Amino acid sequence: MSEEKYIPNSKIGQWFDSRLPLLTLSAHLREYPTPRNLNYWWTFGGILTFFLITQIVTGVILAMYYVAHSDLAFESIEHIMRDINYGWLIRYVHANGSSMFFLAVYIHIFRTLYYGSYKSPREVIWITGLIIYLFMMVTAFTGYVLPWGQMSFWAATVITNLFSAIPLIGENITEWLWGGYSVGNPTLNRFYSLHYLFPFLIFGLVILHIWALHVPGNNNPVGIDVKKNNNETVSFHPFIVMKDLFALLVFLIIFFIFVFFAPNVLGHPDNYIVANPLVTPSHIVPEWYLLPFYAILRAIPSKLGGVIFMFASIFILMLLPWLDTSKVRSATFRPLYKKFFWILVVTVILLGYLGAKPPEGIYLILARIATIYYFVHFLIILPLLGRYEKTSPLPLSISDPVLNKPDIVDKFKKIVGEYEGENVDSFK
Amino acid sequence: MLIRLNSFLINIIFFIFISVISNPAYSEEKNVDLLKINWSFKGLLGTFDRSSLQRGYQVYQEVCSACHSIQYLSYRNLSEKGGPEFSEEEAKAIAAQFEVLDGPNSEGEMFTRSGRLSDKFVKPFPNVEAATAANGGAYPPDMSVLAKARKGGADYIYSLLLGYEDAPAGYELDDGVYYNKYMTGQKIKMLKPLSDGAVEYSDGTQATEAQMAKDVATFLTWAAEPHLEVRHKTGVRAILYLIVLIILVYFSMKKVWSRVDSKDDLEQQEDTFDKVEKWTTQYEGDDPKSFK
Repeated sequence: MSEEKYIPNSKIGQWFDSRLPLLTLSAHLREYPTPRNLNYWWTFGGILTFFLITQIVTGVILAMYYVAHSDLAFESIEHIMRDINYGWLIRYVHANGSSMFFLAVYIHIFRTLYYGSYKSPREVIWITGLIIYLFMMVTAFTGYVLPWGQMSFWAATVITNLFSAIPLIGENITEWLWGGYSVGNPTLNRFYSLHYLFPFLIFGLVILHIWALHVPGNNNPVGIDVKKNNNETVSFHPFIVMKDLFALLVFLIIFFIFVFFAPNVLGHPDNYIVANPLVTPSHIVPEWYLLPFYAILRAIPSKLGGVIFMFASIFILMLLPWLDTSKVRSATFRPLYKKFFWILVVTVILLGYLGAKPPEGIYLILARIATIYYFVHFLIILPLLGRYEKTSPLPLSISDPVLNKPDIVDKFKKIVGEYEGENVDSFK
Repeated sequence: MLIRLNSFLINIIFFIFISVISNPAYSEEKNVDLLKINWSFKGLLGTFDRSSLQRGYQVYQEVCSACHSIQYLSYRNLSEKGGPEFSEEEAKAIAAQFEVLDGPNSEGEMFTRSGRLSDKFVKPFPNVEAATAANGGAYPPDMSVLAKARKGGADYIYSLLLGYEDAPAGYELDDGVYYNKYMTGQKIKMLKPLSDGAVEYSDGTQATEAQMAKDVATFLTWAAEPHLEVRHKTGVRAILYLIVLIILVYFSMKKVWSRVDSKDDLEQQEDTFDKVEKWTTQYEGDDPKSFK
């Protein structure tokens, strides 16, 4: 926990560290002071790092056998599933790993929203995080196209077609993306190339994300600044490492249940049919984690409008640190914000549900209401709350967040009573 | 006025809630509930019924394979662990029944030879177009991953095979189109493939329609997922291992954290003691000596 400059013990260590301070970095990572009151919602950063590495490792192995050609891609995946030793395991880990990655990232994001971790001085952590999230969506989408099943092909068609909504140059951009006049072999090839590239960009951004985190340090459930060099923090290793490891292992149970016992429930059966440009599936749906955005896209009556609102729904999050004007970070001390937070969670889940439904009748009406509410939450409710919400009094430090609760006073009185009693006895 | 607005809103919310709950499936598709069977391969430790797989292969070979290919399965798979587990001789004999196009040889000629274990299942038609043309314009889908490519999997295949019925009165059917209540749109171009006694099982099992449907659905599930058994086995082991590890890590974590937690308790006690002392001092008056 000391902020003193780290000096390696060995001579060779000192020699190396003065030239490339990796040992200093490692010492910093070990000793990084972390608020001791972090709850389990804070373990998802570690879980996400684990899944990023898992995806990269399994992905590199799959790439050794996968053939990025529209005539051979589907077959090469069946080859992996059937003939490569434990190929089925690697592929199912990779396919379900992406779902778990997104599940964890959604928890991570909503934790940030609940505890106000995006607020000053952590705006840059929040924004790098959102860029990572955007890159994750690109990676997941390009990856979904690679098996070259029906859903792969038609999802690629639908998503690339979005760009044709751009006035004047839209058609050109779409054809440029396709590398032809429709989704085809060139499209598959470039998606494969991007799918291999983006995880490493994400990896780089994760380093920036953690770097930005280590400047101000972690927020915490109470949302007030911790005093460093105090017993309000613990060193990252071993305390947080052990806690993250424990949470990761518990999360892995959910992951393993999917991988070993229900590896295909999160996918779509149509993706086991080879891509056929002549047959359109009755319902084209993206993977579950993109459904809320798909619902917003289809809720808007015009194509260009839908595209704009869909992208706006993500980019609006980047402005969040300035839209939320409340000085209080944690929802624990914001009675109204807490309610609106849960309404937002329900809205997003509802949008996800509606994204899987055909855009007609009641589904369309609901999707429109939910879309409007989503934007109202960020553009109207949050700025107003910052101005008018009466927040609960903040504690002075994270160690006694409940100092002014009446039962503590009672406890004091009781203790004082005992103290006095003892005194009286000993004196008399 | 306000109360009326409120009840109006509540009505709307109720209506929305009910319609969301009562519409779990896509509205335009008529979903007929599939026939459900207690498959042996379902569940955490589910394994295939070997004899059912072997019978299922027979049904595929004698009935389905006239039109449907299984292009990703090899004859060697038939003798592999976790599958029908024919003996290697049996699998070789099965492979040898088929003529395989090979080549070119050193003269540059293509030639046919009898099948080997390493060969893929021979297709009934050379390509999709030929298969489509020979089947009245409807391509008989390749069955390699059919059980994974249909919602409901084995249940769907089983139901479809038993779902042939006479079309309801007034239902228009073109030539070569049949009524099947489990098919999307209830129209199917496949002639009812199974009827009692269509194959003769060598193990004495009664070849009823339902029995054959069950066997071939089992076989196709295995064809789509040949490593299902080892996947289940590995999964159970991995999760058991994980549980043991979680218990160990949990207690290690508790031990590590006890360092700060106990320090914390002591400090908090001291802290409380300080406060209490302060409190008492105030209560007693500034001068502790004034207290007897």
